[in-house]
Amino acid sequence: MDRTAILSELKKVLSPYTENKEQLNGITEDTDLIKDLKINSANLVDIIIDAESQYNIEIDFDAAEKMYNVGNCIDVISEKLNKTA
Amino acid sequence: MGNRVVITGLGVVSPNGIGVTDFLKAIQNGVSGIKFVPEYEDLKFNCQVAGHPEFEWEQLRNYISETSLYGLKGKGIAYGIKAALDAWMDAGNEIVSEETLWETGCVFGSSVADTDVIKTAITRVDAKESKKLGSRVVEQIMNSGITAYISGRLGLGNKIINNSAACATGTQAIFMGYEYIKYGMAKRMVVGSSEFVDRYVFGGFDSMRVLSRKFNDEPERASRPMSMSAGGFVPGSGAGAFVLEDLDYALNRGATIYAEVLGGSTNSGGQRNGGSMTAPSSAGVVRCIQDAMNDAKINPAAIDLVSGHLTATIADKLEIQNWVEALKRKGDNFPLVNSLKSMVGHCLSAAGSIEAVAAVLQIKHNFAHANLNLEDPNPEILELIGANNLPVTKVDRVINVVAKANFGFGDVNSCLIISKYAN
Repeated sequence: MDRTAILSELKKVLSPYTENKEQLNGITEDTDLIKDLKINSANLVDIIIDAESQYNIEIDFDAAEKMYNVGNCIDVISEKLNKTA
Repeated sequence: MGNRVVITGLGVVSPNGIGVTDFLKAIQNGVSGIKFVPEYEDLKFNCQVAGHPEFEWEQLRNYISETSLYGLKGKGIAYGIKAALDAWMDAGNEIVSEETLWETGCVFGSSVADTDVIKTAITRVDAKESKKLGSRVVEQIMNSGITAYISGRLGLGNKIINNSAACATGTQAIFMGYEYIKYGMAKRMVVGSSEFVDRYVFGGFDSMRVLSRKFNDEPERASRPMSMSAGGFVPGSGAGAFVLEDLDYALNRGATIYAEVLGGSTNSGGQRNGGSMTAPSSAGVVRCIQDAMNDAKINPAAIDLVSGHLTATIADKLEIQNWVEALKRKGDNFPLVNSLKSMVGHCLSAAGSIEAVAAVLQIKHNFAHANLNLEDPNPEILELIGANNLPVTKVDRVINVVAKANFGFGDVNSCLIISKYAN
Protein backbone atom coordinates (compact mmCIF):
# COMPACT_ATOMS: atom_id res chain seq x y z
CA MET A 1 0.00 0.00 0.00
CA ASP A 2 1.55 3.35 -1.00
CA ARG A 3 1.35 6.58 0.96
CA THR A 4 -1.56 7.96 -1.07
CA ALA A 5 -3.58 4.83 -0.50
CA ILE A 6 -2.83 4.90 3.24
CA LEU A 7 -3.82 8.58 3.39
CA SER A 8 -7.18 7.94 1.77
CA GLU A 9 -7.85 5.02 4.14
CA LEU A 10 -6.73 7.20 7.05
CA LYS A 11 -9.46 9.72 6.25
CA LYS A 12 -12.05 7.05 7.04
CA VAL A 13 -10.34 6.24 10.32
CA LEU A 14 -10.19 9.90 11.37
CA SER A 15 -13.71 10.78 10.23
CA PRO A 16 -15.69 9.90 13.40
CA TYR A 17 -13.32 11.97 15.53
CA THR A 18 -13.44 15.33 13.78
CA GLU A 19 -16.32 17.74 13.27
CA ASN A 20 -14.40 19.44 10.51
CA LYS A 21 -15.25 17.17 7.55
CA GLU A 22 -14.24 19.73 4.92
CA GLN A 23 -10.77 20.06 6.36
CA LEU A 24 -10.60 16.28 6.59
CA ASN A 25 -11.22 15.94 2.86
CA GLY A 26 -8.32 18.24 2.13
CA ILE A 27 -5.75 16.78 4.52
CA THR A 28 -2.11 16.62 3.55
CA GLU A 29 0.85 15.00 5.24
CA ASP A 30 1.34 18.24 7.20
CA THR A 31 -2.15 18.29 8.72
CA ASP A 32 -1.96 18.24 12.53
CA LEU A 33 -4.61 16.01 14.13
CA ILE A 34 -5.17 18.19 17.18
CA LYS A 35 -4.44 21.69 15.88
CA ASP A 36 -5.96 21.43 12.40
CA LEU A 37 -8.62 18.74 12.71
CA LYS A 38 -9.48 19.78 16.31
CA ILE A 39 -9.46 16.17 17.44
CA ASN A 40 -9.72 15.75 21.21
CA SER A 41 -6.33 14.49 22.40
CA ALA A 42 -8.03 11.70 24.38
CA ASN A 43 -9.39 10.36 21.08
CA LEU A 44 -5.89 9.70 19.73
CA VAL A 45 -5.99 6.32 21.48
CA ASP A 46 -9.28 5.53 19.71
CA ILE A 47 -7.71 6.44 16.38
CA ILE A 48 -4.81 4.12 17.08
CA ILE A 49 -7.18 1.28 18.05
CA ASP A 50 -9.22 1.85 14.88
CA ALA A 51 -6.07 2.05 12.73
CA GLU A 52 -4.83 -1.22 14.20
CA SER A 53 -7.99 -2.99 13.14
CA GLN A 54 -8.27 -1.16 9.80
CA TYR A 55 -4.72 -2.13 8.71
CA ASN A 56 -4.47 -5.30 10.77
CA ILE A 57 -1.29 -4.13 12.48
CA GLU A 58 -0.13 -3.54 16.03
CA ILE A 59 0.99 -0.08 17.05
CA ASP A 60 3.09 0.00 20.21
CA PHE A 61 3.21 2.87 22.69
CA ASP A 62 6.41 4.35 21.32
CA ALA A 63 5.11 4.39 17.76
CA ALA A 64 1.75 5.76 18.90
CA GLU A 65 3.42 8.78 20.48
CA LYS A 66 4.70 9.83 17.07
CA MET A 67 1.25 9.92 15.52
CA TYR A 68 0.32 13.58 15.90
CA ASN A 69 0.14 14.61 12.28
CA VAL A 70 -1.00 12.85 9.13
CA GLY A 71 2.54 12.32 7.79
CA ASN A 72 3.66 10.68 11.07
CA CYS A 73 0.60 8.45 11.02
CA ILE A 74 1.44 7.30 7.50
CA ASP A 75 5.08 6.70 8.51
CA VAL A 76 4.07 4.47 11.39
CA ILE A 77 1.35 2.63 9.47
CA SER A 78 3.50 1.96 6.42
CA GLU A 79 6.39 0.81 8.59
CA LYS A 80 4.15 -1.64 10.44
CA LEU A 81 2.53 -2.78 7.20
CA ASN A 82 5.93 -3.53 5.69
CA LYS A 83 6.87 -5.47 8.81
CA THR A 84 3.83 -7.71 8.59
CA ALA A 85 4.22 -8.09 4.84
CA MET B 1 -36.38 33.52 53.99
CA GLY B 2 -34.36 33.03 50.85
CA ASN B 3 -34.99 33.52 47.16
CA ARG B 4 -38.07 32.22 45.41
CA VAL B 5 -37.38 29.41 42.97
CA VAL B 6 -39.39 28.87 39.81
CA ILE B 7 -39.52 26.21 37.12
CA THR B 8 -38.90 27.60 33.65
CA GLY B 9 -38.11 24.52 31.58
CA LEU B 10 -39.13 20.87 31.42
CA GLY B 11 -37.72 17.85 29.61
CA VAL B 12 -38.81 14.24 29.77
CA VAL B 13 -37.93 10.86 28.32
CA SER B 14 -40.67 8.56 29.53
CA PRO B 15 -41.85 5.07 28.54
CA ASN B 16 -45.17 6.61 27.48
CA GLY B 17 -43.83 9.66 25.69
CA ILE B 18 -40.66 11.54 24.85
CA GLY B 19 -40.80 15.33 25.06
CA VAL B 20 -43.27 17.45 27.02
CA THR B 21 -45.95 17.54 24.29
CA ASP B 22 -46.19 13.77 23.83
CA PHE B 23 -45.83 13.08 27.54
CA LEU B 24 -48.63 15.53 28.38
CA LYS B 25 -50.90 13.86 25.85
CA ALA B 26 -50.04 10.44 27.27
CA ILE B 27 -50.77 11.31 30.89
CA GLN B 28 -53.98 13.13 29.93
CA ASN B 29 -55.19 10.10 28.00
CA GLY B 30 -53.92 7.47 30.40
CA VAL B 31 -51.51 5.88 27.94
CA SER B 32 -49.46 3.01 29.31
CA GLY B 33 -45.80 2.63 28.36
CA ILE B 34 -45.47 -0.92 29.73
CA LYS B 35 -44.58 -3.61 27.22
CA PHE B 36 -43.68 -7.29 27.12
CA VAL B 37 -39.92 -7.81 26.73
CA PRO B 38 -39.16 -11.10 24.91
CA GLU B 39 -35.56 -11.00 26.16
CA TYR B 40 -36.82 -11.25 29.75
CA GLU B 41 -38.76 -14.41 28.95
CA ASP B 42 -35.60 -15.84 27.45
CA LEU B 43 -33.67 -14.90 30.61
CA LYS B 44 -36.28 -16.73 32.73
CA PHE B 45 -37.20 -13.60 34.67
CA ASN B 46 -40.41 -13.82 36.69
CA CYS B 47 -41.32 -10.34 35.54
CA GLN B 48 -41.23 -10.04 31.75
CA VAL B 49 -42.64 -6.56 31.28
CA ALA B 50 -41.00 -3.15 31.55
CA GLY B 51 -41.32 0.48 30.63
CA HIS B 52 -38.71 1.52 28.06
CA PRO B 53 -38.84 4.86 26.25
CA GLU B 54 -38.97 4.68 22.47
CA PHE B 55 -35.57 6.26 22.29
CA GLU B 56 -33.32 6.16 19.27
CA TRP B 57 -29.75 7.42 19.16
CA GLU B 58 -30.69 9.57 16.19
CA GLN B 59 -32.72 11.75 18.61
CA LEU B 60 -29.44 13.03 20.05
CA ARG B 61 -28.11 14.04 16.63
CA ASN B 62 -28.47 17.79 17.16
CA TYR B 63 -27.96 17.66 20.91
CA ILE B 64 -24.30 16.79 21.23
CA SER B 65 -21.45 16.96 18.77
CA GLU B 66 -21.14 14.19 16.22
CA THR B 67 -17.79 13.11 17.66
CA SER B 68 -19.30 12.93 21.14
CA LEU B 69 -22.30 10.94 19.93
CA TYR B 70 -19.96 8.50 18.18
CA GLY B 71 -18.89 6.11 20.90
CA LEU B 72 -21.65 7.03 23.35
CA LYS B 73 -23.24 3.76 24.44
CA GLY B 74 -24.68 4.48 27.90
CA LYS B 75 -28.44 4.82 27.60
CA GLY B 76 -28.91 6.34 31.05
CA ILE B 77 -26.56 9.13 30.01
CA ALA B 78 -28.34 9.45 26.67
CA TYR B 79 -31.78 9.80 28.27
CA GLY B 80 -30.40 12.37 30.70
CA ILE B 81 -28.79 14.46 27.94
CA LYS B 82 -32.03 14.46 25.96
CA ALA B 83 -34.21 15.47 28.92
CA ALA B 84 -31.78 18.08 30.27
CA LEU B 85 -31.15 19.77 26.93
CA ASP B 86 -34.87 19.72 26.11
CA ALA B 87 -35.51 21.46 29.44
CA TRP B 88 -32.77 23.97 28.67
CA MET B 89 -34.28 24.84 25.28
CA ASP B 90 -37.81 24.78 26.72
CA ALA B 91 -36.63 27.50 29.11
CA GLY B 92 -35.79 29.60 26.06
CA ASN B 93 -32.02 29.13 26.10
CA GLU B 94 -29.56 28.51 23.31
CA ILE B 95 -28.05 25.05 23.45
CA VAL B 96 -24.47 26.25 23.19
CA SER B 97 -22.83 29.04 25.10
CA GLU B 98 -19.32 30.18 24.23
CA GLU B 99 -18.65 31.33 27.78
CA THR B 100 -18.77 29.40 31.05
CA LEU B 101 -22.05 30.10 32.83
CA TRP B 102 -20.78 30.64 36.37
CA GLU B 103 -24.21 31.28 37.86
CA THR B 104 -25.72 28.06 36.50
CA GLY B 105 -25.11 24.58 37.93
CA CYS B 106 -26.41 21.06 37.62
CA VAL B 107 -27.62 18.37 40.00
CA PHE B 108 -28.47 15.28 38.02
CA GLY B 109 -28.92 11.90 39.66
CA SER B 110 -28.51 8.26 38.76
CA SER B 111 -28.17 4.94 40.55
CA VAL B 112 -26.12 2.56 38.47
CA ALA B 113 -23.76 3.51 35.70
CA ASP B 114 -24.75 1.72 32.52
CA THR B 115 -23.86 -1.92 33.07
CA ASP B 116 -23.85 -2.63 29.33
CA VAL B 117 -20.83 -0.34 29.11
CA ILE B 118 -19.33 -1.91 32.22
CA LYS B 119 -19.89 -5.34 30.69
CA THR B 120 -17.89 -4.37 27.60
CA ALA B 121 -15.04 -3.30 29.86
CA ILE B 122 -15.21 -6.53 31.88
CA THR B 123 -15.28 -8.71 28.77
CA ARG B 124 -12.35 -6.92 27.12
CA VAL B 125 -10.20 -6.82 30.22
CA ASP B 126 -10.83 -10.46 31.06
CA ALA B 127 -9.89 -11.38 27.50
CA LYS B 128 -6.60 -9.51 28.07
CA GLU B 129 -7.63 -6.89 25.51
CA SER B 130 -7.77 -3.82 27.75
CA LYS B 131 -5.74 -2.05 25.09
CA LYS B 132 -8.82 -2.03 22.85
CA LEU B 133 -11.15 -0.31 25.33
CA GLY B 134 -10.44 3.16 24.01
CA SER B 135 -11.01 6.55 25.54
CA ARG B 136 -14.78 6.52 25.98
CA VAL B 137 -15.31 3.86 28.65
CA VAL B 138 -14.33 5.71 31.81
CA GLU B 139 -16.53 8.74 31.17
CA GLN B 140 -19.54 6.44 30.74
CA ILE B 141 -19.00 4.17 33.72
CA MET B 142 -18.35 6.95 36.19
CA ASN B 143 -21.53 7.90 38.01
CA SER B 144 -20.90 11.54 37.22
CA GLY B 145 -20.85 10.75 33.49
CA ILE B 146 -24.33 12.18 33.19
CA THR B 147 -23.50 15.51 34.83
CA ALA B 148 -20.22 15.68 32.90
CA TYR B 149 -22.02 15.40 29.57
CA ILE B 150 -24.78 17.87 30.44
CA SER B 151 -22.61 20.53 32.05
CA GLY B 152 -19.97 20.21 29.35
CA ARG B 153 -22.46 20.70 26.56
CA LEU B 154 -24.11 23.70 28.21
CA GLY B 155 -20.94 25.23 29.67
CA LEU B 156 -22.25 25.21 33.25
CA GLY B 157 -19.84 26.55 35.83
CA ASN B 158 -21.62 26.46 39.18
CA LYS B 159 -22.03 23.33 41.36
CA ILE B 160 -22.01 20.17 39.26
CA ILE B 161 -23.24 17.27 41.37
CA ASN B 162 -24.32 13.72 40.60
CA ASN B 163 -26.60 12.67 43.45
CA SER B 164 -27.73 9.16 44.26
CA ALA B 165 -30.47 8.20 46.70
CA ALA B 166 -32.02 5.12 45.11
CA CYS B 167 -35.69 5.76 44.25
CA ALA B 168 -35.60 9.16 45.98
CA THR B 169 -32.85 10.40 43.64
CA GLY B 170 -34.99 12.48 41.28
CA THR B 171 -36.92 14.44 43.88
CA GLN B 172 -33.71 14.87 45.86
CA ALA B 173 -31.91 16.35 42.83
CA ILE B 174 -34.68 18.90 42.34
CA PHE B 175 -34.65 19.73 46.04
CA MET B 176 -30.87 20.23 46.06
CA GLY B 177 -31.04 22.58 43.07
CA TYR B 178 -33.88 24.47 44.76
CA GLU B 179 -31.82 24.92 47.92
CA TYR B 180 -28.77 26.26 46.08
CA ILE B 181 -30.91 28.95 44.42
CA LYS B 182 -32.94 29.66 47.53
CA TYR B 183 -29.79 30.32 49.56
CA GLY B 184 -28.17 32.41 46.86
CA MET B 185 -25.47 29.97 45.78
CA ALA B 186 -26.67 29.80 42.19
CA LYS B 187 -29.06 31.69 39.92
CA ARG B 188 -30.07 28.71 37.82
CA MET B 189 -29.82 24.95 38.18
CA VAL B 190 -30.41 22.21 35.63
CA VAL B 191 -31.75 19.36 37.75
CA GLY B 192 -33.21 15.92 37.25
CA SER B 193 -32.29 12.28 37.04
CA SER B 194 -32.08 9.35 34.69
CA GLU B 195 -32.21 5.60 34.78
CA PHE B 196 -31.58 2.81 32.34
CA VAL B 197 -32.71 -0.49 33.76
CA ASP B 198 -30.63 -3.08 31.97
CA ARG B 199 -30.97 -6.83 32.41
CA TYR B 200 -28.53 -7.02 35.31
CA VAL B 201 -30.24 -4.46 37.51
CA PHE B 202 -33.58 -5.90 36.47
CA GLY B 203 -32.40 -9.40 37.45
CA GLY B 204 -31.43 -8.15 40.91
CA PHE B 205 -34.90 -6.81 41.57
CA ASP B 206 -36.51 -9.89 40.00
CA SER B 207 -34.62 -12.10 42.42
CA MET B 208 -35.93 -10.06 45.37
CA ARG B 209 -39.46 -11.07 44.28
CA VAL B 210 -40.64 -7.48 44.38
CA LEU B 211 -41.64 -7.29 40.70
CA SER B 212 -45.00 -7.85 39.05
CA ARG B 213 -45.17 -11.37 37.59
CA LYS B 214 -48.84 -12.20 37.00
CA PHE B 215 -49.52 -9.92 34.06
CA ASN B 216 -46.77 -10.85 31.63
CA ASP B 217 -49.38 -11.55 28.96
CA GLU B 218 -51.22 -8.27 29.67
CA PRO B 219 -48.37 -5.77 30.03
CA GLU B 220 -50.56 -2.67 30.29
CA ARG B 221 -52.28 -4.16 33.33
CA ALA B 222 -49.06 -5.12 35.08
CA SER B 223 -48.45 -1.92 37.07
CA ARG B 224 -51.30 -1.68 39.59
CA PRO B 225 -50.53 0.74 42.42
CA MET B 226 -52.97 0.69 45.35
CA SER B 227 -54.97 -2.23 43.98
CA MET B 228 -55.76 -5.50 45.76
CA SER B 229 -54.14 -7.37 42.89
CA ALA B 230 -50.93 -5.30 43.03
CA GLY B 231 -48.22 -7.91 43.01
CA GLY B 232 -45.03 -5.93 42.71
CA PHE B 233 -43.65 -3.10 40.63
CA VAL B 234 -42.73 -2.92 36.96
CA PRO B 235 -39.26 -1.48 36.32
CA GLY B 236 -39.05 1.45 33.96
CA SER B 237 -36.36 3.61 32.36
CA GLY B 238 -36.15 7.23 31.33
CA ALA B 239 -35.25 10.69 32.55
CA GLY B 240 -36.87 13.89 33.71
CA ALA B 241 -35.30 17.34 33.86
CA PHE B 242 -36.03 20.88 35.01
CA VAL B 243 -34.53 24.29 34.69
CA LEU B 244 -34.91 25.96 38.09
CA GLU B 245 -34.34 29.69 38.35
CA ASP B 246 -34.17 32.42 40.89
CA LEU B 247 -37.48 34.25 40.42
CA ASP B 248 -35.93 37.68 39.79
CA TYR B 249 -33.47 36.21 37.31
CA ALA B 250 -36.34 34.54 35.44
CA LEU B 251 -38.47 37.71 35.46
CA ASN B 252 -35.57 39.83 34.24
CA ARG B 253 -35.04 37.70 31.21
CA GLY B 254 -38.79 37.41 30.54
CA ALA B 255 -38.89 33.65 31.02
CA THR B 256 -42.12 31.68 30.91
CA ILE B 257 -42.80 30.29 34.36
CA TYR B 258 -44.42 26.87 34.69
CA ALA B 259 -44.69 26.72 38.47
CA GLU B 260 -42.87 27.48 41.70
CA VAL B 261 -40.98 25.13 43.98
CA LEU B 262 -42.36 26.27 47.33
CA GLY B 263 -40.28 23.95 49.44
CA GLY B 264 -39.05 20.48 50.12
CA SER B 265 -37.13 18.15 52.31
CA THR B 266 -34.86 15.15 52.12
CA ASN B 267 -34.09 12.95 55.10
CA SER B 268 -33.77 9.41 56.36
CA GLY B 269 -35.52 7.32 58.98
CA GLY B 270 -32.07 6.09 59.97
CA GLN B 271 -33.15 2.48 59.36
CA ARG B 272 -34.68 2.46 62.85
CA ASN B 273 -38.24 1.99 64.12
CA GLY B 274 -39.38 -0.23 61.28
CA GLY B 275 -37.08 1.36 58.73
CA SER B 276 -34.53 -0.93 57.09
CA MET B 277 -32.39 -1.19 53.99
CA THR B 278 -35.51 -1.87 51.94
CA ALA B 279 -38.40 -0.45 53.99
CA PRO B 280 -39.04 3.16 54.97
CA SER B 281 -39.58 4.07 58.59
CA SER B 282 -42.94 5.78 58.98
CA ALA B 283 -41.45 8.32 61.36
CA GLY B 284 -38.91 9.35 58.72
CA VAL B 285 -41.51 9.62 55.96
CA VAL B 286 -43.96 11.64 58.06
CA ARG B 287 -41.20 13.97 59.20
CA CYS B 288 -39.99 14.44 55.62
CA ILE B 289 -43.45 15.42 54.35
CA GLN B 290 -44.04 17.75 57.31
CA ASP B 291 -40.60 19.35 56.95
CA ALA B 292 -41.39 19.98 53.28
CA MET B 293 -44.65 21.71 54.19
CA ASN B 294 -42.88 23.78 56.83
CA ASP B 295 -40.19 24.77 54.36
CA ALA B 296 -42.93 25.74 51.89
CA LYS B 297 -44.84 27.57 54.65
CA ILE B 298 -48.10 25.94 53.69
CA ASN B 299 -50.88 24.35 55.63
CA PRO B 300 -51.72 20.72 54.69
CA ALA B 301 -55.18 21.94 53.66
CA ALA B 302 -53.57 23.75 50.72
CA ILE B 303 -52.52 20.50 49.04
CA ASP B 304 -54.74 19.59 46.08
CA LEU B 305 -52.90 16.54 44.82
CA VAL B 306 -50.56 13.96 46.29
CA SER B 307 -48.24 12.50 43.70
CA GLY B 308 -47.22 9.42 45.62
CA HIS B 309 -44.32 7.04 45.45
CA LEU B 310 -46.89 4.18 45.30
CA THR B 311 -45.03 1.47 43.44
CA ALA B 312 -47.68 -1.32 43.51
CA THR B 313 -46.33 -3.37 46.39
CA ILE B 314 -47.69 -4.05 49.87
CA ALA B 315 -45.95 -0.82 50.92
CA ASP B 316 -48.65 1.27 49.16
CA LYS B 317 -51.03 0.96 52.11
CA LEU B 318 -48.33 1.97 54.58
CA GLU B 319 -47.44 4.94 52.40
CA ILE B 320 -51.05 6.18 52.35
CA GLN B 321 -51.15 5.76 56.11
CA ASN B 322 -48.01 7.90 56.39
CA TRP B 323 -49.52 10.61 54.18
CA VAL B 324 -52.69 10.60 56.31
CA GLU B 325 -50.61 11.06 59.44
CA ALA B 326 -48.37 13.73 57.89
CA LEU B 327 -51.23 15.80 56.44
CA LYS B 328 -53.68 15.13 59.29
CA ARG B 329 -56.33 14.68 56.61
CA LYS B 330 -58.34 11.55 55.87
CA GLY B 331 -61.44 10.20 54.14
CA ASP B 332 -63.06 12.59 51.69
CA ASN B 333 -61.02 15.42 53.18
CA PHE B 334 -57.85 13.84 51.79
CA PRO B 335 -56.40 15.37 48.58
CA LEU B 336 -56.54 13.56 45.23
CA VAL B 337 -53.89 10.86 44.95
CA ASN B 338 -52.30 9.43 41.85
CA SER B 339 -49.34 7.32 40.85
CA LEU B 340 -47.71 7.82 37.49
CA LYS B 341 -46.19 4.36 37.96
CA SER B 342 -49.52 2.89 36.83
CA MET B 343 -48.60 4.15 33.34
CA VAL B 344 -44.81 4.02 33.15
CA GLY B 345 -43.75 1.62 35.89
CA HIS B 346 -41.18 2.45 38.51
CA CYS B 347 -38.35 4.35 36.84
CA LEU B 348 -36.18 4.02 40.00
CA SER B 349 -33.70 6.94 40.00
CA ALA B 350 -35.68 8.67 37.29
CA ALA B 351 -39.05 8.12 39.01
CA GLY B 352 -38.97 11.33 41.01
CA SER B 353 -38.00 13.60 38.15
CA ILE B 354 -40.43 12.10 35.60
CA GLU B 355 -43.23 12.17 38.17
CA ALA B 356 -42.35 15.75 39.10
CA VAL B 357 -42.61 16.74 35.42
CA ALA B 358 -46.08 15.15 35.47
CA ALA B 359 -46.89 17.09 38.65
CA VAL B 360 -45.92 20.41 37.05
CA LEU B 361 -48.00 19.63 33.94
CA GLN B 362 -51.01 18.82 36.11
CA ILE B 363 -50.61 22.18 37.85
CA LYS B 364 -50.21 24.03 34.57
CA HIS B 365 -53.09 22.31 32.78
CA ASN B 366 -55.40 21.85 35.79
CA PHE B 367 -56.03 18.13 35.90
CA ALA B 368 -55.19 15.03 37.90
CA HIS B 369 -54.18 12.12 35.72
CA ALA B 370 -55.84 8.73 36.10
CA ASN B 371 -54.60 5.82 38.14
CA LEU B 372 -54.60 3.01 35.60
CA ASN B 373 -55.55 -0.52 36.66
CA LEU B 374 -57.27 0.54 39.83
CA GLU B 375 -60.30 -1.72 39.24
CA ASP B 376 -59.92 -3.29 42.67
CA PRO B 377 -58.61 -0.68 45.11
CA ASN B 378 -57.16 -2.08 48.31
CA PRO B 379 -60.00 -1.85 50.90
CA GLU B 380 -57.54 -0.83 53.60
CA ILE B 381 -56.58 2.18 51.48
CA LEU B 382 -60.24 3.01 50.88
CA GLU B 383 -60.79 2.92 54.63
CA LEU B 384 -58.14 5.59 55.03
CA ILE B 385 -58.93 8.01 52.21
CA GLY B 386 -62.12 6.86 50.48
CA ALA B 387 -62.62 6.13 46.79
CA ASN B 388 -63.39 9.69 45.68
CA ASN B 389 -59.77 10.75 45.93
CA LEU B 390 -58.46 7.98 43.70
CA PRO B 391 -59.23 9.05 40.13
CA VAL B 392 -59.50 6.20 37.63
CA THR B 393 -60.11 8.63 34.79
CA LYS B 394 -58.64 12.10 34.30
CA VAL B 395 -60.15 14.67 36.66
CA ASP B 396 -60.32 18.26 35.42
CA ARG B 397 -59.88 20.47 38.43
CA VAL B 398 -57.79 23.46 39.40
CA ILE B 399 -54.59 22.10 40.88
CA ASN B 400 -52.73 24.76 42.83
CA VAL B 401 -50.42 22.72 45.02
CA VAL B 402 -48.91 19.25 44.59
CA ALA B 403 -46.97 17.30 47.18
CA LYS B 404 -44.56 14.97 45.40
CA ALA B 405 -42.60 12.40 47.37
CA ASN B 406 -40.37 9.40 46.75
CA PHE B 407 -38.83 6.90 49.13
CA GLY B 408 -35.78 4.79 48.43
CA PHE B 409 -33.67 1.84 49.58
CA GLY B 410 -31.51 2.83 52.50
CA ASP B 411 -34.58 4.46 54.14
CA VAL B 412 -34.06 7.76 52.31
CA ASN B 413 -36.96 10.12 51.60
CA SER B 414 -37.51 13.24 49.51
CA CYS B 415 -40.56 15.45 49.25
CA LEU B 416 -41.28 18.54 47.16
CA ILE B 417 -44.09 21.07 47.41
CA ILE B 418 -44.78 22.55 43.97
CA SER B 419 -47.38 25.23 43.33
CA LYS B 420 -48.79 27.51 40.68
CA TYR B 421 -46.72 30.64 40.36
CA ALA B 422 -48.46 33.81 41.53
CA ASN B 423 -46.73 37.14 42.18
